Amino acid sequence: MQELEIAKTEVVSLLNTLIRKYKVFAPVEQNGFITFQEIHSGSEAFLDYINSKKPPKEIFFPQSERLFSYDLSKGEGWDVEAPTLEEKQKIIFGIRPCDARSLVLLDNVFDGKLYKDPYYTDKRKNTTIIAIGCNQPGSTCFCTSLGGGPFSQDGSDLLLVDIGQKYIIQVVTERGEKLAKEHNNFKEAEEHSLSLMRDTKETAEALIKSKIEVQKVTEKLDSMFDDPFWDLVSEKCLGCAVCTYLCPTCYCFDITDEATGQRGERVRTWDSCAFPNFTLQASGVNPRPSSKERLRQRIMHKFDYFVANHGMAACVGCGRCIKECPVNLDIQVVLNSILNR
Amino acid sequence: MLDTSVAIRDIAKKLLDEKRVDLIIGFEKGSVPLRSTPCFVRSASEADRLIWNVNCENNLAKYLPKTKERVGIVAKGCDVRSIIGLIKEKQVTREQVFIIGIPCKGMIDRRKIEAKLDGKEIIEAEEEDDTIIIKGHNFREIIKKEEFLHNSCKTCTHRNPVIYDVLIGDKVVEDQAVDEYGEVKEFEAQSHDERWQSFSDEVSKCIRCYACRNVCPFCYCQECFVDSSQPQWIGKTNNLSDTAIFHIIRAFHIAGRCVDCGACDRACPMGIDLRRLTKKMEMDVKDLFHYEAGISLEDVPPLATFKPDDPQEFIMV
Repeated sequence: MQELEIAKTEVVSLLNTLIRKYKVFAPVEQNGFITFQEIHSGSEAFLDYINSKKPPKEIFFPQSERLFSYDLSKGEGWDVEAPTLEEKQKIIFGIRPCDARSLVLLDNVFDGKLYKDPYYTDKRKNTTIIAIGCNQPGSTCFCTSLGGGPFSQDGSDLLLVDIGQKYIIQVVTERGEKLAKEHNNFKEAEEHSLSLMRDTKETAEALIKSKIEVQKVTEKLDSMFDDPFWDLVSEKCLGCAVCTYLCPTCYCFDITDEATGQRGERVRTWDSCAFPNFTLQASGVNPRPSSKERLRQRIMHKFDYFVANHGMAACVGCGRCIKECPVNLDIQVVLNSILNR
Repeated sequence: MLDTSVAIRDIAKKLLDEKRVDLIIGFEKGSVPLRSTPCFVRSASEADRLIWNVNCENNLAKYLPKTKERVGIVAKGCDVRSIIGLIKEKQVTREQVFIIGIPCKGMIDRRKIEAKLDGKEIIEAEEEDDTIIIKGHNFREIIKKEEFLHNSCKTCTHRNPVIYDVLIGDKVVEDQAVDEYGEVKEFEAQSHDERWQSFSDEVSKCIRCYACRNVCPFCYCQECFVDSSQPQWIGKTNNLSDTAIFHIIRAFHIAGRCVDCGACDRACPMGIDLRRLTKKMEMDVKDLFHYEAGISLEDVPPLATFKPDDPQEFIMV
């Protein structure tokens, strides 16, 4: 399908139309930063932003999620109740290409050949992704090193490119095409708009200065498990979960029972390889006793093991961990140091 | 600031060369604008990495309870107060640390600068006397440092290290006029419901990353109560009931110990006003027990002593 366009002035009414049929999530400004939330009016969407504080992965993989509830108190055995799939179709509007791409990575885990996670896949298959490319990539962005880019289409159904007064709409998937056909706000893109789009893309891509040869990092990591490098690089790590909890591709979780008497819930919550409990065994032994082993795990998982398992690194270069680390432990610096070993 | 950096490097080299310490913990240039980052130096040849500027916001005392080495540590007024606390709590010995004290005029809150720039990205920042020159794509702005200090720095009454082995630079004038507890008193003056609402609003932003706990020099428990699984004291979710308990208990655990360095506040990625509780605790300890944490090595912390006439009005009966 050819490229379409929509005037920016029509975006609010487009969103309002979408809201009537879909549950629409969009970036909104709250507490001084951007988060993805369900919007009830098109004017709530805040589209002129670099990126959200928390990645939108939580729409599919919430920080806390009830897997099921149980009740034994009625004396009739197990009364188990699992959450039902929400029928209403969802749209995520205005997600950045790196975060859209992160969903493709997460699909490997939650919707892979070996395992299907119904809690994730139910939400995922119900959702259309409309991304907006990045005219102004952030100073900590390095998506181009990870196979993405400010206008990468991976993971999007439609990709919008901001050309000033209008958005160009690139139709990426059949689902996107279906949605595009439903809306008469979309016009066929003019030749002048397309030329503006090409310029916009070129300018934006040039703004990303960082280029890390991630393939070489993976090769190096294969033989670095026992390298004293990990002692040095982990020394300042505080062992908090800012990097992993704000990461669009980190997916580790814990499962606990929250019970009162004979009733309770089984809950899934995010977990982090930075925490001591992450690998603490019932015997009391912890195979990753210090920040050295934990930081090594984070890097190895993202840039070595995930590559071996799924053919791609588990990082999209969004730069959130760099921006928010309380001690400025910069993953780009770590990767470059690995290359220099 | 360059003079201070050079002086830090010189003393670091001397201490390492003379084998008086095994390790210097200081700051080096960060990877992004307006950031400095903790730096661990074990040989004199590496000492030139060390720097000093208004972005040296981390409290390096955090790294002391871990170490068995003899440490030379670069410390601002609040960091020194934390070191005193850790010595008193026997997490490190006075002999083990060589305090390179630095009088401090306050550290810069980059989030305040980012908020002022309204989403524009900072590409470069340069410190010049009392100002910082901020550069980005197609803009350049000069800002006054004093307008963008961390909240804890704005109410600081101990800018000068209270103990040290060497002091770099001249002592700065302490702000005697500052209304240290103004915000706490405003908060106290609100109704019960208003206070609960505003506390709930703050802690519902929490993502349980524990950056506030892990950055705090006084959170060194071998097992934090939130990590205990037998018994599991609190749930693992980010629901208000769980986040509220975490923050309330954490504040109680550092009562009488917190020196209001503000490290928790700075570390929180979600911008939670963590000092609202800790500052209140600090004020109460001062009022009730006439104790200010981290001011002297000799006075006995209120939690380590008991008097029959200790105030107990705050105990609910």
